[in-house]
Amino acid sequence: MRDVAIIGASMTQFGQRDAWIRELLAEAGDACLDDAGVEPSALDHLYVSNMASGEFEGMTGVPNALAHDLGALGAYTQRVDQTSSSGGAGIYAAWQSIASGASDATLLVGGEKMTHKTTAESTDVIASLTHPAEYKHGVTLPSFAGLTARHYLERFDAPRESLAKVAVKNHENGTRNPHAQFQKEVDLETVLDSPIVADPLRLYDFCPITDGSAALMLVPAEEAESYVDRADDYAVISGVAGATDTHVVHERDDPTVMSGVVESGERAFDMAGLEPDDVDVAELHDMFTILEFLQMEGLGFAEHGEAWEHVEAGETEMDGDLPINTSGGLKSKGHPLGASGVAQGVEIYEQIVGEAGPRQVDADVALACNVGGFGNCVITTILEAAA
Amino acid sequence: MSDHDSTHGDDEPRIREGHLSGDDLTAYVCTNGHATFPGHQRCPTCGESQDAELDLSETRAEVVTWTTSTATPPGVREPNHLAIVEFDLDAALEASQDFTAGTVQGPVRTLAQLTTGDVESGDVVAPTYVEELREPGAGIREPDSQSWDGYRFEPVES
Ligand SMILES: [Zn+2]
Repeated sequence: MRDVAIIGASMTQFGQRDAWIRELLAEAGDACLDDAGVEPSALDHLYVSNMASGEFEGMTGVPNALAHDLGALGAYTQRVDQTSSSGGAGIYAAWQSIASGASDATLLVGGEKMTHKTTAESTDVIASLTHPAEYKHGVTLPSFAGLTARHYLERFDAPRESLAKVAVKNHENGTRNPHAQFQKEVDLETVLDSPIVADPLRLYDFCPITDGSAALMLVPAEEAESYVDRADDYAVISGVAGATDTHVVHERDDPTVMSGVVESGERAFDMAGLEPDDVDVAELHDMFTILEFLQMEGLGFAEHGEAWEHVEAGETEMDGDLPINTSGGLKSKGHPLGASGVAQGVEIYEQIVGEAGPRQVDADVALACNVGGFGNCVITTILEAAA
Repeated sequence: MSDHDSTHGDDEPRIREGHLSGDDLTAYVCTNGHATFPGHQRCPTCGESQDAELDLSETRAEVVTWTTSTATPPGVREPNHLAIVEFDLDAALEASQDFTAGTVQGPVRTLAQLTTGDVESGDVVAPTYVEELREPGAGIREPDSQSWDGYRFEPVES
C-alpha cells in the first residue's frame, strides 16, 4: 500500500443556498483543483459523497454530471452513500484508490442540497434510513438523540448544562469560520431556553439543515511535494477506518456506547500507530450535542460517562488540551449530509498545514470522526503533518 | 469459499417473509438462544439462523429511556411520545409453550410510541394495539413496503 497525501481542500459557503446539487459540487470541486494546482484532465478517480440527491432533488447520477462539468471526462466516477457519514466514507474510498495504486490523482467532493424542503420533509428523508419497525413509530434522528441524552444524563448524573456547553463552544468557534452557516455566539441561557425538540434536548442542541459542498484532493504521498509550493504544505492520511453498529438502534446493549465509533477509532489509531493522547485537535460529528460526548468516550478521549466533565472543565475549547470542533462543528457550520465528513477533513487538513487562520491551533496530529445514522456507520480519519 | 455453512443442510433459500419486517411484536430466536426484535436473516450475535419465535404482544416492559418529540415528520402525531422499553423476557418465556426459562438470552427491547408523556425511566408499561401508528404514504417511505399498525405502550401498575 502507498502512503496517501491530501494536497488541497475547499468548501463552499454553507447555509441556505440558491445553487442546486450539481452547482454546489462543481463550485467546491473547481476550488479544490485550484487550491491543489491540479488540472481536471489529470484526475484518475472522482468520488462524490452524497446521501440523497434523488430524494431531495430528483437528481441522480451526479458523479458523472460532475466529471462532465469539471472537465474531468474519462475519470472513473463513483457515488459514496453512507448517509450522514458519506463524506468520511468518501475519504476512505479516495484513500483506497490512491493507496492501492488504482489512481494517482483522486478528487473527492461531498455535497447535499436540502433547504428547499421543509424541516419536516428533510427530517423524514433522513429518518428513511430507519428500520420499518422504527419508522412506523415516527422516530427521527433527533428523537434518538433525546432518548440517548436522557439515558446518559440520568445514568451518569451529568448536568443538563454540560450538553448546552457543547453548543455554546461550537457556536463560538463558528464565529471564526467564514463558511459557517451560523457565525454568531449563543449563551447558555439561550440554549437552555430554546424550544424543546426532543425532550430533554432543545433547538440549540441540534445542527441546522444546510446546503453546501466540500472537497479534498488526494495523491500518493511520494508525489505530494511535486504539487505543493512549500515542502510541508500537505497532510498525510496516517489512519482511516470504518465500522458499523446495529441498524435497529434499540438492539444495542448499551445505549450510551456507539460501537462503530469505538471500532473505527481503534482501527484508525492502530493503522496510524498512535494513541488518543497523541491527537492535537479533533472534529467530531456533533449533529446533536450528546454525540460529542459519545464520540469523546468512544474514541478514548474520555472515560465512559465522563466526557461531560472534560467539557465542563473547558478542555475541549480552542485553548484547551484537546480543542474539539474548531470549525464550529456541524452545530454552527451546518450539516449538508454528504458534505459534512469531507468538510471535517477540510478543517483538519487546514489545521495540519497551518491554513486555519483565526481558528488555527498547534497541531501535528488531527482526527475526524464522521457518524452516519445514529452511530449506524462511522468513519474515523487521522491526518499527520508531512515528515 | 467456505464449507462452514453446512449446518443449514439444504439448498432451498430461506425466505423470511415478515421475519425481517418487524410487522408483529415477535422476538426471533436463533438456534443458540439469542433473541432479537425485529428478526434478522442471520442472528446478529452468532450468525446462525433465527428459527424460533416468541410472542411479545402481551408482555410487559420497563421504560429504559423516553423522549417527547415536537418536530415530527409528515404523517406523525405531534407531540410524539417515544420510549425504548425492555421486555420482561422471563414473563414472555413463562407464557410461551415453546421455551423453557433460561434458554433464551436477551435483553429484548423495542422503540415504541407511548400513550402518554407522563412517564419516568423505570416505569412498567404494557403494549396496546393501534391500527395506525403513522399515516401511510404521508412520508417518504413506500406505503406498501411495510406495515403501519402496531403497539403503543401505556403505563401500568407494577
Ligand atoms: Zn445467535
